[in-house]
Amino acid sequence: MSLNQLTIAAARDALKAGDVTSVEITEACIAAIEGADALNAYCAKTPEIALEQAKAADARLKAGDAPAMCGIPLGIKDLFATKGVGTQAASNILAGFKPEYESTVTQNLWDAGAVMLGKLSMDEFAMGSSNETACYGPVVNPWKVDDRKLTPGGSSGGSASAVAADLCLAATGTDTGGSIRQPAAFTGIVGIKPTYGRVSRWGVVAFASSLDQAGPMTKSVRDAAIMLGAMASVDPKDSTSADIPVPDFEAALTGDIRGKKIGIPREYRLDGMPAEIEKLWNDGIAMLRDAGAEIVDISLPHTKYALPAYYVIAPAEASSNLARYDGVRYGHRAKLGKGDGITEMYEKTRAEGFGPEVQRRVMIGTYVLSAGFYDAYYNRARRVRALIKRDFDLAFADGIDAILTPATPSSAFGLGEMASADPVEMYLNDVFTVTVNLAGLPGISVPVGLDAKGLPMGLQLIGRPWAEGDLLNHAYVLEQAAGFSAKPSKWW
Amino acid sequence: MLDHLAFEPPKPKVIAGAKADWELVIGLEVHAQVSSNAKLFSGASTTFGAEPNSNVAFVDAAMPGMLPVINEYCVAQAVRTGLGLKAEINLRSAFDRKNYFYPDLPQGYQISQLYHPIVGEGEIIVDMGPGVARRVRIERIHLEQDAGKSIHDMDPHMSFVDLNRTGVALMEIVSRPDIRGPEEAAAYVGKLRQILRYLGTCDGNMQNGNLRADVNVSICKPGAYEKYQETGDFSHLGTRCEIKNMNSMRFIQAAIEYEARRQIAIVEDGGEVVQETRLYDPDKNETRSMRSKEEAHDYRYFPCPDLLPLEIEQAWVDDIAATMPELPDEKKARFVGDFGLSEYDASVLTAEVENADYFEGVVAVCADGKGAANWVINELFGRLKKEGHEIGESPVSPEQLGGIVKLIKSGDISGKIAKDLFEIVYTEGGDPAEIVEARGMKQVTDTGAIEKAVDEVIAGNPAQVEKAKQNPKLAGWFVGQVMKATGGKANPSAVDALVKEKLGL
Repeated sequence: MSLNQLTIAAARDALKAGDVTSVEITEACIAAIEGADALNAYCAKTPEIALEQAKAADARLKAGDAPAMCGIPLGIKDLFATKGVGTQAASNILAGFKPEYESTVTQNLWDAGAVMLGKLSMDEFAMGSSNETACYGPVVNPWKVDDRKLTPGGSSGGSASAVAADLCLAATGTDTGGSIRQPAAFTGIVGIKPTYGRVSRWGVVAFASSLDQAGPMTKSVRDAAIMLGAMASVDPKDSTSADIPVPDFEAALTGDIRGKKIGIPREYRLDGMPAEIEKLWNDGIAMLRDAGAEIVDISLPHTKYALPAYYVIAPAEASSNLARYDGVRYGHRAKLGKGDGITEMYEKTRAEGFGPEVQRRVMIGTYVLSAGFYDAYYNRARRVRALIKRDFDLAFADGIDAILTPATPSSAFGLGEMASADPVEMYLNDVFTVTVNLAGLPGISVPVGLDAKGLPMGLQLIGRPWAEGDLLNHAYVLEQAAGFSAKPSKWW
Repeated sequence: MLDHLAFEPPKPKVIAGAKADWELVIGLEVHAQVSSNAKLFSGASTTFGAEPNSNVAFVDAAMPGMLPVINEYCVAQAVRTGLGLKAEINLRSAFDRKNYFYPDLPQGYQISQLYHPIVGEGEIIVDMGPGVARRVRIERIHLEQDAGKSIHDMDPHMSFVDLNRTGVALMEIVSRPDIRGPEEAAAYVGKLRQILRYLGTCDGNMQNGNLRADVNVSICKPGAYEKYQETGDFSHLGTRCEIKNMNSMRFIQAAIEYEARRQIAIVEDGGEVVQETRLYDPDKNETRSMRSKEEAHDYRYFPCPDLLPLEIEQAWVDDIAATMPELPDEKKARFVGDFGLSEYDASVLTAEVENADYFEGVVAVCADGKGAANWVINELFGRLKKEGHEIGESPVSPEQLGGIVKLIKSGDISGKIAKDLFEIVYTEGGDPAEIVEARGMKQVTDTGAIEKAVDEVIAGNPAQVEKAKQNPKLAGWFVGQVMKATGGKANPSAVDALVKEKLGL
């Protein structure tokens, strides 16, 4: 096994034992990255920074001052502001933008001793489920069927691909409607979206502020627990950051879920769901039952309204959040013609800078917020959102500890396959995941099996708010029972 | 306390058109910059006049991923203002985004409070002269961010943007349409400004744009407004136009006057007033259309997802209430009630809190309210004004002026000598009592000395004595001569009595 294939937990133990240095692990990752341009996962490589940080980490390890993530090389989604390192949300409109500040999440990781290998591609402004909207071109899934190149999912597709292909030990992701969990499922890795407010949004380029939440994408549930602990903090710079202490998530991984109640929501059993997904779900149910949990059929009656509500609320917030990309202060500014004024500057800059999917969502968002439509769309969507949250509240009040659902309606699809499809078909990728964002709950995707094509499939566990430790423990049990250990065979 | 100041409402202003009489209905939205060292959602400084773009935090420049965090002090200032306007304080309020594109609005939206303002209904008593005042209802006060400044006249081809003001906290104070004339509108702004300055929540500097008003004006036939008041039905009132961004009381009056006449002319010509936003041009003294209702922006207001609803506790509000200063109305009433001042004098003294404090400093020394008022208003203010000084720059301290008034009250010096003494204290400084002592300015009350002087004047002017016996009014001439002879130090009433006695009048 080469060092870049290590999990965070294994690397941590080896580093502490002095069996290996951070520089060695980091160099292994850099070499892997250099050989993986075909995956297009990294949009910026920072080997100099990585090696410098790795040396510093080794010094800390030697001094016996080694925090949780000390010496662990990571990839960072392009949505996180990294001081002095290009940060452009995979959008042309932020071409050349290098922030003068570091996001709270990445700063927390550096403070915990982590090492930055570079920035990871994603769907433009985190809008997409296939990574095909990135201005850097699509990221490729290391998993393959025949010669067909597959999507790693999105929007954290670069992160998913990099973790699955061992181009880092783990990566940061962000999840607004499923952007951590869907790509994790498509690439056979673990991804957790924490409770809204658990992780600071300061310094993370905003898509839909009331839904956005960052989380780790890792090779194991234990790694997710370790890394979430390092990412999370109470941040006075983010008014929506909750003043709730961050517990030791790893300590929650007891492997014991006897007597826990697992809810199986009947509304998630969709018409026309592939038999393989159905079977995977049933397998997951059996695994948790065998581990001593009680399986309970539950109803989340407003589930069917979640996707439409999400595709009103998220674009509405995005249309406002993206108004700042106007060519005035930073990023791209269009070349102006004779007689062009400020309006032309806005129009040309935004037409050139934003890709079609971003433009579509800005227009949808502008429309649903406009006078005369606000109540019919935005306010109604907000009411639906409250009802969806209440569905979950009632389930948890009934004693449900976690809810098990499929993570995605299918395994990874081919790049370009959806190019001519109705955008709504692409939006259906989020059908199992958006409810969690709308309700602000923690959700985790765990790889459980392979489909007939040999592609990974994941299940989603949804937990009580602020109970990520308990949720991770359920995921840990599922992971142990599933024993998923498949890796993509290297073709790149 | 306010019982001292019962008032009647003023008559509404009536403008005679070509065909009929018309009344005005006016409501104001005042934007007051919150006095605070830091901005509403960032730690950047609010200092006026700094180098362009030097007071700008990342969030003010809307850098990607930056988030607003509410400044607690600005919230306290809004609450203090609400309490000062006897308004309802909303323990739960929320921020909304008002979306529009402009280069000096980096976020592409202004964070404001459309749906749930922090302050609800209150009132302002607008004084229009002794015993006359208008009670103007306040609809709401909300907190919002100011925009930056676009500069278009520095380069023929380019515009420049200064973000120093971007994100500075504003209070938008919205009145009901209770104002009935241009003078009332100016007086309303004046009274609001006075209260804000008393509270220390806005410096009221209109020149720097720290207090600006949008004025809504409509016209109606006499009697229509009363119908609106009875029913709350706005259809009794005319279509309103909004005159934006006025930063002078004089211009507010002139703009309303112009706008009312413009609307009257339209309606009397059989036309209809179009609801629109207008700008006032002080050079031409006219208002011009800025944008019509159709062209109005669709601001796409929605709750700002970066900020949780603002929840404050009653105990916190109570703490602020406990530190409220005495406000102009109460102070004026107290000056009238406790010191026996006229309402006019009390108004002058309470116009600025610094004046009132000075006056009270004088009273504390001399224990003579009326005397103190007379000397502060007539002598001190007159002299300061002549030299272009503010009260804070007065070379005469309240203690010194109080000393002078005290010497008058005790009869130690006459009013005339007091003026000389004031001049000495003003130009040279020093303790008034010591100056009087050292320079022998004390009034002569010794009847022996006065009698001697009276006798001399009578003896020296036999012809005048004869005339005075025919016409007793001439006694005053003798008093004047005696005062002159004693260098003004004789007690005038003692002189008067002696002259009359000696002349047998």
